[in-house]
Amino acid sequence: MNSIWTIARKELSDSLRNRWLMAISLVFATLALGIAWFGAAASGQVGYASTPATIASLASLGIFLIPLIALLLAYDAIVGEEEGGTLLLLLTYPLSRSQLLLGKFLGHGLTLALATVIGFGVAGVAIAVLVENVAIASLAAAMLRFIGSTVLLGWGFIALAYVISVRVSEKPIAAGLALAIWFFFVLIFDLMLLGTLVASEGQFSAELLPWLLMLNPTDIYRLLNIVAFGDTAQLSGVLSLGADLPIGATGLWIGLVLWFAIPLAGALLLFRNRRI
Amino acid sequence: MSCFRLENVSYRYDKTPVLTGIDLTLEPGEILGLFGHNGAGKTTCIKLILGLMTPNQGSVSVLGGHAGDPQVTQHIGYLPENVMFYPQLTGREILNHFARLKGAPLQQVPQLLEQVGLGDAMDARTKTYSKGMRQRLGLAQALLGKPKLLMLDEPTVGLDPVATADLYRLLRELCEGGTGIVLCSHVLPGVEPYIDRAAILTDGALKAAGDLAALRRQANMPVTLSLDPANSISALEHVIDSASSSIGLIIKSDSGRLRVDVQPRDKMALLHAVMASGEVADISIHQPSLEDIYVHFIGSGGLAHRGGSQ
Repeated sequence: MNSIWTIARKELSDSLRNRWLMAISLVFATLALGIAWFGAAASGQVGYASTPATIASLASLGIFLIPLIALLLAYDAIVGEEEGGTLLLLLTYPLSRSQLLLGKFLGHGLTLALATVIGFGVAGVAIAVLVENVAIASLAAAMLRFIGSTVLLGWGFIALAYVISVRVSEKPIAAGLALAIWFFFVLIFDLMLLGTLVASEGQFSAELLPWLLMLNPTDIYRLLNIVAFGDTAQLSGVLSLGADLPIGATGLWIGLVLWFAIPLAGALLLFRNRRI
Repeated sequence: MSCFRLENVSYRYDKTPVLTGIDLTLEPGEILGLFGHNGAGKTTCIKLILGLMTPNQGSVSVLGGHAGDPQVTQHIGYLPENVMFYPQLTGREILNHFARLKGAPLQQVPQLLEQVGLGDAMDARTKTYSKGMRQRLGLAQALLGKPKLLMLDEPTVGLDPVATADLYRLLRELCEGGTGIVLCSHVLPGVEPYIDRAAILTDGALKAAGDLAALRRQANMPVTLSLDPANSISALEHVIDSASSSIGLIIKSDSGRLRVDVQPRDKMALLHAVMASGEVADISIHQPSLEDIYVHFIGSGGLAHRGGSQ
């Protein structure tokens, strides 16, 4: 446990030193405040529209940004140490490979969680203070749910980045694969789903189809933040499939947790069997 | 308790044999030189002892335990070849990080940095360090937590002669304190005075192992005598010719002196004869150096003395 924390603490202090933590927090806060104030600009007005609309817009933007940040933060976790020549030295210390990877996860995970809490937390407080007549209780609940799911989504992509990082031996390859993962889950997946939907002309099992959304953590994340308001009208595109998903919010939360637990376990297994 | 004991160890990378049938031990307070050409298997040997890999055959025990166990690795110091560190961190931060990982007291960190001569640079980022400074930091790292087994791969690369001498003095002190030390180096004349034993690897097999005297005996290489004639070279040459009937005696005259290569077993007889003749003014004797022995074992592929004098 001690050595896990030693590794985590170095990652944390690295992200303070290279200002990643500050930069991500700032991006999140700016994004949240910008959407809160100008989210309704399309309908011809400036100002806070409503909590559900704000969260829905935030979640829609979040799926682009959060996976990208998580992947950038974590893709070189192991391959970077290897290229830097420190991996071999680290492993000669009383430190198992699992401890090294879990320490990295703790460090990167805390960095992302802190940035999310600070960035979106500040935005939430600003909305609560500056907007008149906003229902504080529902705003707080929505913000907490949003922050919690954002952290889980980020952890999922950190774990996916580790799967790459323990497998490849060159940093540029890891970076390329990380971008491919982002591209697949954020851009391609929904298109593929839509394509399947159209091509099958309703032949595809209606019960099975909504479950396919669970194969993409970014879809789970959006569903979670939109469905919670009970307003399925906000669901657009393939997400409208989610209205038929028989598992409710708890199921979606479990889905997000599995989406970081399984890749993390996979990365640990791959790392343990890797030749140094 | 041996520092490490390799018994009949073999290791294959995929199908290619890297090490075959290695028997090697290191006792506390001993300095072992591990030599071999590039790719001979030195690094693999070290990685096996560090527990980074497990052998396909044979057994590796380290400090009375199993290689790679945290309780064992805690007492091993290792300096890899071409050691690298996090460029954005200072020397002190890096050493603190490694000390925490090793469970070594943090107050040791500034002491060690002073000891390796980084006292003034400990708060500078290591990306500003020269090769020699990185090497010193690597040494400080290896010395964390008073290791019982210290393995140094090319420790003197980038060090100036004074720092090199300091390093060997330090190693001698550690050794007297009971630390077992492995030195891998290609600078054979540099390490020769400091090692107690040498092990020579070629193509994954141990060609020879033992102290220098034993290796010299095993190599059976000629000893070179340098003789200054008392009267004339030809007289001295005559004495040598008549004194020795042995084969393989090579005489070269070299700016008024005679150089004679003599087999170790004939050395004393020849010396007696030369001394008795009164034709010699001065004698110096050159034993084959570590480098000569190394070249002998590495170069003579047919003369496999596998297992050495272990």
